[in-house]
Amino acid sequence: MLFLIEFNVIQPPVGLIFWSTVIFVIFWLLMSKMAFKPIIAALKKRESDIQGSLDEAKRVRQEMQNLKAENEALLVQAREERAQILKEAKEAGNRIVEEAKTRAKEDAQKIVASAKEQIEHQKMAAITDLKNQVGAISLEIAEKVIRKELRGNAEQESFVNGLVKEIKLN
Amino acid sequence: MRRYILSFICVFCLAAFAFSQDQHAPQSGGHPAGEQHGAADHQPAHGEGSHDAGCGPIEDHGFDPGATAFHHVSDQNVYNIGPIQLPLPCILYAPGHGFTTFSSGRFHPDSHGNGHAAIDGYVLVEGLVRRIEDPSFPKGEVEVGHHPYLKKEVQENGKEKEIPYVCYNSQLYPTVGHSTADFGMFGGGITSFYDFSMTKNVVTMLIVFLFLAFVFSSVAKAYAKRDGMAPTGLQGFIEPIFLFIQDEVAKPFIGAKWEKYLPFLMSIFFFILGLNLFGQIPFFGGSNVTGNLAFTGVMAILTFLVVNLSGNKHYWEHVLWMPGVPSVLKVLILTPVEFLGIFIKPFTLMLRLCANITAGHIVITIFISLIFIFGKGQWGPSLGTSIGSTVLTMFMMAIELLVAFIQAFVFTLLTASYIGSAVEDGHGHDHEEAGAHH
Repeated sequence: MLFLIEFNVIQPPVGLIFWSTVIFVIFWLLMSKMAFKPIIAALKKRESDIQGSLDEAKRVRQEMQNLKAENEALLVQAREERAQILKEAKEAGNRIVEEAKTRAKEDAQKIVASAKEQIEHQKMAAITDLKNQVGAISLEIAEKVIRKELRGNAEQESFVNGLVKEIKLN
Repeated sequence: MRRYILSFICVFCLAAFAFSQDQHAPQSGGHPAGEQHGAADHQPAHGEGSHDAGCGPIEDHGFDPGATAFHHVSDQNVYNIGPIQLPLPCILYAPGHGFTTFSSGRFHPDSHGNGHAAIDGYVLVEGLVRRIEDPSFPKGEVEVGHHPYLKKEVQENGKEKEIPYVCYNSQLYPTVGHSTADFGMFGGGITSFYDFSMTKNVVTMLIVFLFLAFVFSSVAKAYAKRDGMAPTGLQGFIEPIFLFIQDEVAKPFIGAKWEKYLPFLMSIFFFILGLNLFGQIPFFGGSNVTGNLAFTGVMAILTFLVVNLSGNKHYWEHVLWMPGVPSVLKVLILTPVEFLGIFIKPFTLMLRLCANITAGHIVITIFISLIFIFGKGQWGPSLGTSIGSTVLTMFMMAIELLVAFIQAFVFTLLTASYIGSAVEDGHGHDHEEAGAHH
């Protein structure tokens, strides 16, 4: 067999070892600094961002649920309050009407009473007036009678006095 | 269905066309100096140069698929796209001779990557720079003619070894390859010169480096600009891959300290993946960087350093003096095994990646070589084998795409698990269990 070349890939040339080392080490250092480390950092950051966003979304959803529940509770409470207020208003109304009625009755009674009193007063005044007039008239009558009959009749005079007294009692 | 068949036929025609046009390219391994070309040859000028050099005729061994595949997976001092050889800068160092720098275009390489000129005793053989050690060889730029290279078997330390020779002025000069760091284990070793050139693999690494730097800086910019928004475009394409490595590899395997080691894992993953995929681009050189032991070795050594430099007390305790095991067992078995494990782990990383990627490249090259093995330069068999070979190659390329991802992923995953075992604290055994389920 005649060929000039050997199976030389298993005979590492010194020069190729040198160049491989130089090129790979430069590649390693350069790429670590320029590319791999920034990429690792960016990927890490993005991963944490995504995780953060997911957590945030979860939290917001939870918050929304809480808010909704709160709103519902508030609504229920409001409804109850409304019912309460309505009930109270009704009661108040009733009470006011009742009070008004009572007061009206009382007032009416008072008015009636005062009216009665006044009537009584008037009546008494009228009676008194009447008595006075009756007395006066009686005196006049008596004067007339006396002028005519009482010329010395004491019995008749006392009789007249008794009559006057009777009129007073009424 | 009809559309698929039509597009398949289109691809096949294109492929067949490309193969018939480039028939000489896969034959590159089989072109020794002075080869007498057969009927299929379409470059009649080839046969002449070596006769002029006068080193005698050399027999024709025909097409050699093994050599073609080895040539294809090899690193080169030229960037070859089909028959085109783009020149690359050569930076060569020989002790006592100093640095020599020039463009590999000055070798005037032919379509097989064989240079027609020698520069300061350096020649280009099959796309690789070799050195003529003989001081009598003239310095400076020397024309050596067409096909001046031939291979001869020599005895070296009692072993037979084939060495390319340069034929110049009717004289043969032996050449030596560049120094390799395999300490002679795989047939290489330290020689008389070192090649620090910007080879095809280095250029490929630079291209991938620039491409990835562009991609990732724009992605990082997009993250800065579109802060807090959904990813789009390139950012959206990269992010799932990035998150996959982060969430499925780094976090479960390393544990609490994942962020510190993630840039290293990302660099490993994307650089290996980028190089794997770049090598799969058809008609683009098919660079085999991740299939080269030099590159995977560097990655393994860096992994070894990162793992062991971040090893805590718990890790070293487990390696050197495993608690809860009888001392005799510790001394005889466990500690030696665990200690060797420290080195074996990155070693397997190195071999696994290299073997997988190189195997893929070789298989595809061999499938295409089938056309030349069975076709023998004739139309009928060539066409027949082309159909089968195209189907096989397409299938293999699909698998190779998968392998490109899997091997990058496996390398990263294992690195992460080694780092994880080094940094886990005493109570973190559940991490190990979690990792085992993946």
